[in-house]
Amino acid sequence: MTDLLKLSGVHTHIGRYHILQGIDLAVPQGQVTMLLGRNGAGKTTTLRTIMGLWQASKGEIMLAGERIESRATPDIARLGVGYVPESMAVFSDLTVRENLVLAARDGPLDDAQLDWIFGFFPALRRFWLSRAGSLSGGQKQMLSIARAIVEPRKLLLIDEPTKGLAPAIVMALIECLKEIKRKGATILLVEQNFFAARELGDSVLVMDNGTIVHRGEMAALAADVSLQERLLGLSLETHQ
Amino acid sequence: MSEMAANDPLPKPKRDLAPILLPVALALLMIPLVGSTSSWLTLTVASLAMGMMIFIMASGLTLVFGLMDVLNFGHGAFIAVGAYIATLVFAPFAASVQAESLWTNLAVLAPAALLSMAVSGALGLVVERVLILPVYGQHLKQILMTTGGLIVAEQTLYALWGPQIIPMPLPASLRGSFILGDVAIAKYRLLAMLVGLAVFIAIQLVLNRTKLGLLIRAGVENREMVEALGYRIRRLFLGVFMTGSALAGLGGVMWALYREQVHASMSDDLTVLIFIVVIIGGLGSIGGCFIGAILVAMVANYGGFLLPKLALVSNILLMVAILMWRPRGLYAVTSR
Repeated sequence: MTDLLKLSGVHTHIGRYHILQGIDLAVPQGQVTMLLGRNGAGKTTTLRTIMGLWQASKGEIMLAGERIESRATPDIARLGVGYVPESMAVFSDLTVRENLVLAARDGPLDDAQLDWIFGFFPALRRFWLSRAGSLSGGQKQMLSIARAIVEPRKLLLIDEPTKGLAPAIVMALIECLKEIKRKGATILLVEQNFFAARELGDSVLVMDNGTIVHRGEMAALAADVSLQERLLGLSLETHQ
Repeated sequence: MSEMAANDPLPKPKRDLAPILLPVALALLMIPLVGSTSSWLTLTVASLAMGMMIFIMASGLTLVFGLMDVLNFGHGAFIAVGAYIATLVFAPFAASVQAESLWTNLAVLAPAALLSMAVSGALGLVVERVLILPVYGQHLKQILMTTGGLIVAEQTLYALWGPQIIPMPLPASLRGSFILGDVAIAKYRLLAMLVGLAVFIAIQLVLNRTKLGLLIRAGVENREMVEALGYRIRRLFLGVFMTGSALAGLGGVMWALYREQVHASMSDDLTVLIFIVVIIGGLGSIGGCFIGAILVAMVANYGGFLLPKLALVSNILLMVAILMWRPRGLYAVTSR
């Protein structure tokens, strides 16, 4: 399977802090790659560096055969990368519709794609003309994901989509991401919720102190409690 | 999508009416305090006219603040430059300006306003590229650079036009007042209100009915996410900065006609009012800017009539009161 995204020896400095310390990772086409790790390990920085929101100070980032580490964020997005930040970053002054109109960069909203999105996020249809700022946390997360998939994207970078959400909404989100996965999307997914990671991930990367400390199959990590405890300081049972 | 929307019970966005009611309440409160109805009406019309002119000048600045997070202390330069450029058009056509026909007057006034906007907008392009581009994200340097730019602009105007005040008489057809009973409403104030309202409606239409407007509103709230969606926000910055500068130029022409004079430091007092309007309106909020401008003008006019000794501090007190009520302004858009 070909790698859609490849990072080689990527370092990122933020001010005087050396956050990413030589990241090597690959995201295979059509797979969900989980990026796990403790708080402060550098997961969000990795996504932001790929997106060009923080510049890599060293190393190489290849997307579908093109080097992107020096490109500006809008250019990276236009290569087909959708980004769902941890903060969700919906435009709260804009309506749900307006948020999606902006995300549909290449033209008007596609009704069939919208119907597909409304299929698992019916709340977005109900609150179509409501200000995004008035949505609940879960609904904002739905909107944030919908924004990333309202047009086909080569690669989705999703940062902790289940963070702070009620269990019922987490399940709905997992179903949605599974559906996106079934459609053949390539996803690099940062997640703290190990249950969600196990449900969604094909492969897994574990970060610690700005480096990748483990890579392998998600199923293998899910089956190995001692490895989970060693890498993440937890076991699957504690998160079920 | 409209069919889809029509078939569902969609909750309407809640409107925050309190700030809109504020100037209405203030005006009504002033009726018994002012005493005479004709004086109250004259003061109210004067407030609305002055407010509209301040709005025109402040609208660009609030978007620049909100979208670009740029502290532009040199905004006043565009106001003065706009006014001076208008004098260049007025001087050779003095006879047409003083003709009794409204259309003859407008045939000079409209091109003068358009030329002023074009020159101020072009100056905005130069200022953004030369002064602001190197200091994005550095507030202290922005203050130093734009204040320096304002000084250079003022001194250049002195060098080109001299230190004297240049008279800028109102076109003949805009002099005088409409008399309604015992109330006199100055024609020019009425025109200023109409122009201000037209600018407000035009900005609202662009912001709410076009994708460009959506981008500006989204950019005011979260520039980074707009970029992550694939839009080059720097180009948008430049467009907004030039438009804001052009509107300041238009405001400069209108203010010069209101005062019937032009001088290089004409914007010094206005700049304070404009900053107060931008702050109390909420950074980046056009609606807040519109209401803020009316409030500032009302406080200046009613305050000047009722408590002349408090005139100097009345708008500062207004700003303090509003920020105590809503710390991020009447309509908070950005998290700054």
